[in-house]
Amino acid sequence: MSIDHTYHLVICGSVVPDPLQSLEPVVTQGKPGLKNELMLPMVLDPFVNHSLNEAAKLREATKDTQVHLVAVGPKAKLQQLMMVLAQKTAFNLVAVDAPAGGFIDSHTVAAALAEAIKAIPGLDLQKTLVFGGWSSASRASGTTLQLVGEKLGITEQFFGVDRLTPAADGGFTVLERVEAGQHLETQVAGAPAVIGWATGELPELPNNPKIGMMNMAKIMPAIGKAKAVDLASAGFSVVDTALPAEKRQTRVVKDMPAAAVAAEIKEWIASGKAG
Amino acid sequence: MESILVIIDAEEDKPLSGQALETLGAAAALSAIVKKEISVGLVGSGDLSKVATALAGAAAKAFTFSDAALKDPGYARDAFAAAKLVKASGAAWVLAPASSRWSRALPGAAERCGGKVDTHITSFEEKGGKAAAGRWYYRQRIFGKILREQGPWFMTIETGSFPKAAVGVGAAPAVTPVAEALPASRSKVLGLRSLSGGKQTIKPDAELLLVAGAGWTKTQKDGVKHAKEAEGLILAFLEKYGASLGSSKAATDLAAEGGEALTFMTQLHQVGQTGASPRHAKGLATCCFGEEPHVVGWRFINERRAIDLNANCGWAQGKADVLYVADVFEVFKELAK
Repeated sequence: MSIDHTYHLVICGSVVPDPLQSLEPVVTQGKPGLKNELMLPMVLDPFVNHSLNEAAKLREATKDTQVHLVAVGPKAKLQQLMMVLAQKTAFNLVAVDAPAGGFIDSHTVAAALAEAIKAIPGLDLQKTLVFGGWSSASRASGTTLQLVGEKLGITEQFFGVDRLTPAADGGFTVLERVEAGQHLETQVAGAPAVIGWATGELPELPNNPKIGMMNMAKIMPAIGKAKAVDLASAGFSVVDTALPAEKRQTRVVKDMPAAAVAAEIKEWIASGKAG
Repeated sequence: MESILVIIDAEEDKPLSGQALETLGAAAALSAIVKKEISVGLVGSGDLSKVATALAGAAAKAFTFSDAALKDPGYARDAFAAAKLVKASGAAWVLAPASSRWSRALPGAAERCGGKVDTHITSFEEKGGKAAAGRWYYRQRIFGKILREQGPWFMTIETGSFPKAAVGVGAAPAVTPVAEALPASRSKVLGLRSLSGGKQTIKPDAELLLVAGAGWTKTQKDGVKHAKEAEGLILAFLEKYGASLGSSKAATDLAAEGGEALTFMTQLHQVGQTGASPRHAKGLATCCFGEEPHVVGWRFINERRAIDLNANCGWAQGKADVLYVADVFEVFKELAK
């Protein structure tokens, strides 16, 4: 389906440690962080990655829609990340050179993102859909996009979104995750809006070296121009960071007939139940 | 006067949710540290003074914002109503359940009130004469405590972290309605939808969580795959034991990629790093092979058992209480009897 409507898509994102890495909290110069944080392999925040897929699809379905990725992270990490991301889909990068750890206040991150968005040349906020992940894999607070939206004056906001269906008039419907595995469907008159994506429904975008070469021509200068931002937050601190110490003594049950295993599980399920 | 405000969504004729009562319990824990009175802010439709009356003993004051449009959740309306209640109450601490509704709207209300927001709070403790709020970082892998100087401090309270407050005993709170017109909205709620074919297999209130891994759809010992049979056994288990269903990422991806899979499995079932961290009293993992990323999703399951053919299953060793080295198909046939 092709729609004769133009959106301005802005994706907000950051880098997080590869989910398969072991993480250990440390305190450096009085601030919490991760052991060997700068050495850890980083990836684009998973839910942001989904929003990039969805933005590519929405651009294909609409007319003259452009995609801007506003990425916060240390320059070197953003550069590494772009080697992969650039091959996925065409976008304009706005890089913000700043730390990207989980122990940073989402309010300062949101302020940096909002300022960067306001400075995008030619961006019409009335046509803008702000995309991003509904929750990061680092801070996992699910607050940054709301704060960005409020700072931009965008009050139609949707989170845990798995589907956005555009209509011919520029309006759209969204499915937001709610409790019990259900979705809330809402009809929206159109941009501006903030969309915090969950996993969506799209597969990972394939690599396209041609798009990668086109993107990189613009991306490297954008990283070079990245403005350094201090994300320190007055009056905010995270203390006593620690790994859970719990390790269970696992009872391994071998060579027990299936009927006996089932009987034991039934007894366990029933234990502690009222009545 | 500075107080603790608990924001809850409510309807005239419906009892409050367990999550709402837990948030009132969290307010009691915070009140014990900061020595401030608890108020409640009710957002919803109908005559909310009746709901406020039922909160006797748990709150000294109640502020209500009632409008038919608040029957359904919606960011713009909820953030507006919550901000008005906070301003009316003069609260320095604002708590709300970490439900889908308040997880969305509370940060917006915080920004409108010039406050600060933190989410998924699981504990409060006194630290240097102030309240420190505990929460998990990096998807339940690192625990930390937050201290904030600037308020009002908005926080969502994670399910299962605090005992439910006792209500209905003592004096009813004094009720102050907040009468404001909601702003014009550009959105309209159409209703709830289920993407998993109408079968409700995710049940947040269930005592037991069954996690089905990709092993259910792999070749079994007779050299054949039995995905259809697996579906029947899993659904029968869920129905018989009232369990909620979760899945490993591998199982979810199979369904999404169109491989031989459990057809009712969606990405909403996934637990772990990029999925949910559900809270149930008990968890039974079947045919799951992941280690740390998967365990992350089980952080809040108290009693954990697993069934797997591999006695050295990395997920179970040191993480489950009991590991049954057994054929899950045979065990589930017995469990269905």
